[in-house]
Amino acid sequence: MTTLAPARTEVRRQLTGIRVSDLLNLCGAGAAAIALTALLSSQLAPITSPLGFVAVATAVFLALYALLVSLTERGVAVRDRLVTVVVHGLAFTLLAVLVFIVVFTFARGASALPHLNFFTDDMAQAGPLDPLDVGGIAHAIVGTLIQISIALAITIPLGLLTAVFLSEMPGRFARLVRTVVEAMTALPSIVAGLFVYATLILALGVPKSGLAAATAISIMMLPIMVRSSDVVLRLVPGTLKEASYALGAGQLRTVWQVVLPTTRSGLTTAVILATARGIGETSPVLLTSGFTAAMNTNPTQGPMVSLPLAIFQFVKSPEPTMVARGFGTAAVLMLLVLTLFVVARVVGGSNPLKKDARRRAREQQRRARADQRARRAKRTSRPARTAQPVPQEQS
Amino acid sequence: MSATIEAPRAIPPAAARESDEPDVPRRLGTRRSASDKAFRAVLLTSGAAVLAIMGFVGAFLLLRAWDALSQAGWSFLTTQAWEPDSGNFGIAAILVGTILIATVAVVVAVPLALGVALYISEYAPTRIKQSLVSIVDLMAAIPSVVFGLWGFFFLQGRITDLARWLSTTFGWFPPFQVPGSDPSDPLATATVYTSSTFIAGLVVAMMIAPVVASIMREVFTQAPVGEREGALALGSTRWGMIRRVVLPYGKGGIIGGTMLGLGRALGETIAVYMIISPVFAIQWHVLANGGSSVSSLIALRYGESTPFGMSALMAAGLALFLMTLVINFAASSVVARSRSGASS
Repeated sequence: MTTLAPARTEVRRQLTGIRVSDLLNLCGAGAAAIALTALLSSQLAPITSPLGFVAVATAVFLALYALLVSLTERGVAVRDRLVTVVVHGLAFTLLAVLVFIVVFTFARGASALPHLNFFTDDMAQAGPLDPLDVGGIAHAIVGTLIQISIALAITIPLGLLTAVFLSEMPGRFARLVRTVVEAMTALPSIVAGLFVYATLILALGVPKSGLAAATAISIMMLPIMVRSSDVVLRLVPGTLKEASYALGAGQLRTVWQVVLPTTRSGLTTAVILATARGIGETSPVLLTSGFTAAMNTNPTQGPMVSLPLAIFQFVKSPEPTMVARGFGTAAVLMLLVLTLFVVARVVGGSNPLKKDARRRAREQQRRARADQRARRAKRTSRPARTAQPVPQEQS
Repeated sequence: MSATIEAPRAIPPAAARESDEPDVPRRLGTRRSASDKAFRAVLLTSGAAVLAIMGFVGAFLLLRAWDALSQAGWSFLTTQAWEPDSGNFGIAAILVGTILIATVAVVVAVPLALGVALYISEYAPTRIKQSLVSIVDLMAAIPSVVFGLWGFFFLQGRITDLARWLSTTFGWFPPFQVPGSDPSDPLATATVYTSSTFIAGLVVAMMIAPVVASIMREVFTQAPVGEREGALALGSTRWGMIRRVVLPYGKGGIIGGTMLGLGRALGETIAVYMIISPVFAIQWHVLANGGSSVSSLIALRYGESTPFGMSALMAAGLALFLMTLVINFAASSVVARSRSGASS
């Protein structure tokens, strides 16, 4: 566990620099790979799917690139270059696919989003065949907000108090609680939903409602909240707490005036990230909230729909307008998550401990870079080489 | 914590002490104020409440599942069909289906996540590093239903080509066989390749990859600078440094991240439910139409269940929970024992 940051943190050196020959090798291998694969697929063995073409071209590219590099370098360097290319390729693929998923959702939902009624109406008056300027998802937005508010009203006090309990009263009982909470983070969300369905709805006769859905979301969020707040609270330097005790403060005072203020941003981040998780959960809501097309602001009576559930119901329909509404709802949901995330970043960024460490790291990096520049200026006769660490002295 | 030192006034002078009995450590006690006592009581209550809630969920699942488990006995683990009302039900098929989907997801997601984590921690220019970290963390928070939409409306229609190619090229490997397909017939329908375990696994892979990448990246960036520089100073290339310093240091993170991703993949419901067409028989052919998972079974059958059917679903849910539980605990113990330690 981190205690106080050391006076001078070590800063990693930046090892970049591209030689002209590297670039030429890459371009040459790329061009040759595309040409060779095109030749293969048109003359020898037809490759019908574009994905197959890409796969073959990638393999050919790697082989050619290794060949080109091995003309000038030894085996070790060849392996290094190959791995560099592979890592770049994997990273680019995953990031591109993920960004594409987001863009795809926005693009398919774009036809629904410009209509103002999409945000202000519910679906009570709109049938599946109606155009997009009738009906909207106001009921789902309101439902999501009500459900998450109830869930937060349950999980924030209980979660934070339990996290404080775990860090302030360590012992055998706290260990037991921590183990059980950790175990419950593994509870699949659908099982949490099934639990609420079986207890509240079937056994106790509570109707399918916003309250039941909020309970299911709470059961899912509570362990996440406890666990992440516990991690944050454990980062409080022991010296701070001891200083407070040494000044004669009691435990309540220390927690209230030292521990919580120190970790405020971290705890806020934990709460917001748990909220983002809770908002996006579909499966517990699917089992417990019921479905309605009309606005319902009463969480105890009648079904109440939330955004993920609305998406799920919209896209079940074969009508293109309904599917567009589904994608529009997904875009709204993602915007909501994005907003929460940005808020978490802004709040989490203002952590005094972290900020100080970051400032120090930045300063050192700047100093190292200036140093490197000075050295490079000294030996202008030699070209910059890849992966050449420059020894640095720091005062 | 007002620690009062008992008997502080009797400090004997040095001369007198020599003649006295040997030094005895003073007893340190704590006298808490009333507000502290109340505070600790509140803390204890909330801890006990959380324990009670969580314990109740677990106990209730076990209790309700007991009906079905005691009637089915060991055949619960070996039966493939799911007809609880006629007494013929078991999780053999759905459990295998769940594991297959999760396996496909992990096999696809882990190399990609490893690539992203290494790229961000080792190769990316400093300028874009922080934004890449934010993007990956944000992607980890995207609701799973969005991935389901993408899988259903985009991937499903376009991936059949790849599935066909895989099954014709690697058909000698039994899981890649597709019964009922005819690779020599160019007009053959593509439906034998849709709604398969493979497609569901791909969607889940995209869902878990950011989570796995985020954990791995966190550990890789913590690899000690001194050891990195030592490796470079001894003349290793960047890959040599990664292989000898970063990867061994981050081994706990790689294994722990993978297992957490696996746990997520096992429990994923909605994305799988949207893609797969349920079959209650063990479907080893991952590329072929049809498959099943525990969570999609629950989502499919909860509404029309009799009390006994509910109990059977509870038993299936319990089995799933136990599986994710074991994996999560294994993951956290691996991470805790590694050099990087447990950071989250």
